[in-house]
Amino acid sequence: MSEAVAHDDHHDHKPTGIGRWLFSTNHKDIGTMYLVFSLIMFFVGGAMAMVIRAELFQPGLQFVDPQFFNSMTTVHALVMIFGALMPAGVGLANWMIPMMIGAPDMAMPRMNNMSFWILPFAFTLLLLTFFMPGGAPAGGWTMYPPLVLQLGDGFPFLIFAVHFLGVSSIMGAINIIATVFNMRAPGMTFMRLPLFVWTWIITAFLLIASMPVLAGAVTMLLTDKYFGTAFFNAAGGGDPVLFQHIFWFFGHPEVYILVLPSFGIISQVIPTFSRKPLFGYASMVYATASIAFLSFFVWAHHMFTVGMPLTGELFFMYATMSIAVPTGVKIFNWMATMWKGSMTFETPMLFSIGVLFMFSIGGFSGLMMGITPVDFQYHDTYFIVAHFHYVIVPGIIYGVFAGVYYWLPKWTGVMYDEKLGKLHFWLSTISVNVLFFPMHFIGLAGMPRRIPDYNTIFTGWNQIISIGGFAFGLSQLILVWVVIKCARGQGEKATDQVWESAHGLEWTLSSPPPFHSFTTPPQVTDATAHS
Amino acid sequence: MTVSKTKRVVLGAITLCLTLACGLAFAESMSWNLTEGVTPTSKKVYDLHMIILYIVTAIGIAVFAVMCWSIYFHRKSRGAIAEQFHHSTFAEITWTIIPIIILIVMAIPATKTLIFMEQTGDAEMTIKVTGYQWKWKYDYLEEDISFFSTLKEDSNEARQRYASTRPEDVENYLLDVDNYVVVPVDTKIRILTTASDVNHAWWVPDLGWKRDAIPGFINDNWTFIEKEGVYRGQCAELCGKDHGFMPIVVKAVSKEDYAAWVQEMKGNARVAAATPVEEIAVEELLMKGKRLYNSNCAACHMPEGEGVDGLFPALAGSAIANGEAEGFAHQILNGKNMMPPFKDQLSDTDIASVMTYVRNSWGNAADAVQPAAVNAAR
Ligand code: HEM
Ligand SMILES: [Cu+2]
Ligand SMILES: [Cu+2]
Repeated sequence: MSEAVAHDDHHDHKPTGIGRWLFSTNHKDIGTMYLVFSLIMFFVGGAMAMVIRAELFQPGLQFVDPQFFNSMTTVHALVMIFGALMPAGVGLANWMIPMMIGAPDMAMPRMNNMSFWILPFAFTLLLLTFFMPGGAPAGGWTMYPPLVLQLGDGFPFLIFAVHFLGVSSIMGAINIIATVFNMRAPGMTFMRLPLFVWTWIITAFLLIASMPVLAGAVTMLLTDKYFGTAFFNAAGGGDPVLFQHIFWFFGHPEVYILVLPSFGIISQVIPTFSRKPLFGYASMVYATASIAFLSFFVWAHHMFTVGMPLTGELFFMYATMSIAVPTGVKIFNWMATMWKGSMTFETPMLFSIGVLFMFSIGGFSGLMMGITPVDFQYHDTYFIVAHFHYVIVPGIIYGVFAGVYYWLPKWTGVMYDEKLGKLHFWLSTISVNVLFFPMHFIGLAGMPRRIPDYNTIFTGWNQIISIGGFAFGLSQLILVWVVIKCARGQGEKATDQVWESAHGLEWTLSSPPPFHSFTTPPQVTDATAHS
Repeated sequence: MTVSKTKRVVLGAITLCLTLACGLAFAESMSWNLTEGVTPTSKKVYDLHMIILYIVTAIGIAVFAVMCWSIYFHRKSRGAIAEQFHHSTFAEITWTIIPIIILIVMAIPATKTLIFMEQTGDAEMTIKVTGYQWKWKYDYLEEDISFFSTLKEDSNEARQRYASTRPEDVENYLLDVDNYVVVPVDTKIRILTTASDVNHAWWVPDLGWKRDAIPGFINDNWTFIEKEGVYRGQCAELCGKDHGFMPIVVKAVSKEDYAAWVQEMKGNARVAAATPVEEIAVEELLMKGKRLYNSNCAACHMPEGEGVDGLFPALAGSAIANGEAEGFAHQILNGKNMMPPFKDQLSDTDIASVMTYVRNSWGNAADAVQPAAVNAAR
């Protein structure tokens, strides 16, 4: 191994200057660009969330008009989902998959470059709409017609931005599948793949299956608006609800596209810091695959209130409830991995444990909303806002944070500042609960989502929520600080293995790893395979 | 040591937040939970909600307790040595089967409640609810009563930016309307929801459900209110700019009071229909016009007539508004693009008042319009 590394270092001639990034075909550089882009978008979307929380701090309108408020909620969601969460997952995949399977790079490096560079253009299109007559999209990230068709000149920009994002994701997904299927090191059989790689293969298939559906849906919107079709216009024989079916046929798998990579990350982190192999490797793989499969049959739980026939409502209720079973299996497996281990609580482990606790809370509210008759009350209230923020923020984003802290020493060659990492975790965790937990209460008490102003009975909770929001937003600056310190090489020198009990091929490379990960494929055996 | 110091800081912060939260919570006596409501449906839904809430809370406590136990006892700093087991068929089967059983236990009452909620047959009366941007229209199908219901004026004033009144000083801020939906108690009422422009959702929590109102489609629902009272709700599906400002108020009264209300509504309608179209004083037109403008037009064209750039044209200085009365009346009666037609919502007098108000405000100076002119344009 050390031989391969030394040999590699010798040929480590990186391109320099801006060209290194613009024309990059290197999985690590592209991974870095994805992650930096994601971080920037996290703050762009976060700034919009701060506007929302500032406006909702008191009843009455203080800062923005209702139309702009709606743009804030809409674009916040689009930026966070497509700009922060998805690129974060792809960035981590780019960095880690070749290193985890013993490959030199991704299978299709040029396509990799393109799938990244599409993103800045797509978001430029989207954000430009703020300066157009009619303003930015304000009909919700779900883009339901007929409302979305009322958007002004920004409408085609919204549609094309979504198309671009879809193209980018599909290219990324194809690349990941091609890489894992073709470039595994000798001995790296499928059932020896690290779970992060497994979750990404499954995610990639979900992407390929669902993104074209979204593209179709938004194209139909485009032709409805400009070319006289009536897919979603009842007056022309169409059906506005059809859009919701198509959208959520994409939308529900999409939420698993977002969460599965995070599940993969914590499946790497928890064994390392428990000093114990992952419990139930095979059942983890099967549970992930079942969740992915089932995710195509539950979409209508997002639209129980459109008025479906009773049999339809029952079907989607049972299907949604059944997802709780494989999800439970995963949680129990992680708990069993920790059980009787010898745990330490470095920042990546803290964030992973955060996922276990708080993703579960989101799972519980998800189960509650899956019960159709009560969802008739919960739907489109702050209860659902609480649900999806619990699964997304301390579920998905915490998973990404865990991954970043876990692999940052590997990427940069220096240990991050553990004290700052812990501070980041604790401040985030306190504030995220102050931010999202009370949303359950105001939702149950009757506050609808997506409103800029509310009755005074909701004032108290909204103030607490806003305070939690500002605190959470500010806490994220610590992450930036930690990352900058590492990127500038400030910190203790990291060893190759970095963590006492880390297993897997990525830890056999030097820290930082050579420019081309494995130029000589390593031989993988049961002993050197996944933890 | 730093560890215990961090711990103390963390604990301190948590305690502080909790105290703060509780303090504020009780100071404001805030609401925490779903309403039990006033219909058989809402009570069943509430019971179901509580059952699943207890179940998930119990599971949560059990799962979190195990995790906390493990985190406390199986830590390296306490000298724990890692065991190396990595599967157990028995455990895996157990934690697959037990959740399935719990889910089935939850699914049974859920299915029963859902079936109960979908029994829309044998209703004694029918109300059709139509969502508009941004108000509701109610048609009592058997009684031939029909009216619009919009946000109450005091709320509407206080909700503006730079408003002179504060939301705290308005009773039922954002939850009050000009015309209540009056219904009898102890009567099975069929409620049909639909919309004229975009999707809306009709939701009164005390009735136990919400249902989308979708243009071109009619959804079938029912309710049976057991207690007299006033029940408030809101639109629950994003429907554009003023989605947050189209509340719903249902007033349940005794059957006798309901019958009296129906008579009164029908009487009003006859009077309105019988009143001959006559000349109205300009002051009166202006006064009425201002009120109608604020509840029907200001949402888009803005209270000062400045419009919204790129979305809704300004009326201050508008060529149409200041031009021939006929063209202007035409646009109000029939709508244009995103602007809805008002011919069924507003009477000739109403439209004449609004036109007169617009033509004499914000620097506009055109002649007043009389109802007869609007009638001619119809
Ligand atoms: C235990 C698994 C889960 C269940 C049973 C579940 C169930 C549900 C249900 C029933 C709704 C619709 C609620 C309503 O509109 O009334 C919903 C909404 C949502 N869920 Fe989940 N969920 C689960 C996990 C997740 C995960 C893992 C994510 C994200 C990664 C997620 C993200 C969302 C989002 C974004 C929405 C709201 C979409 C919108 O209307 O804007 N959920 N979930
Ligand atoms: Cu879903
Ligand atoms: Cu609405």
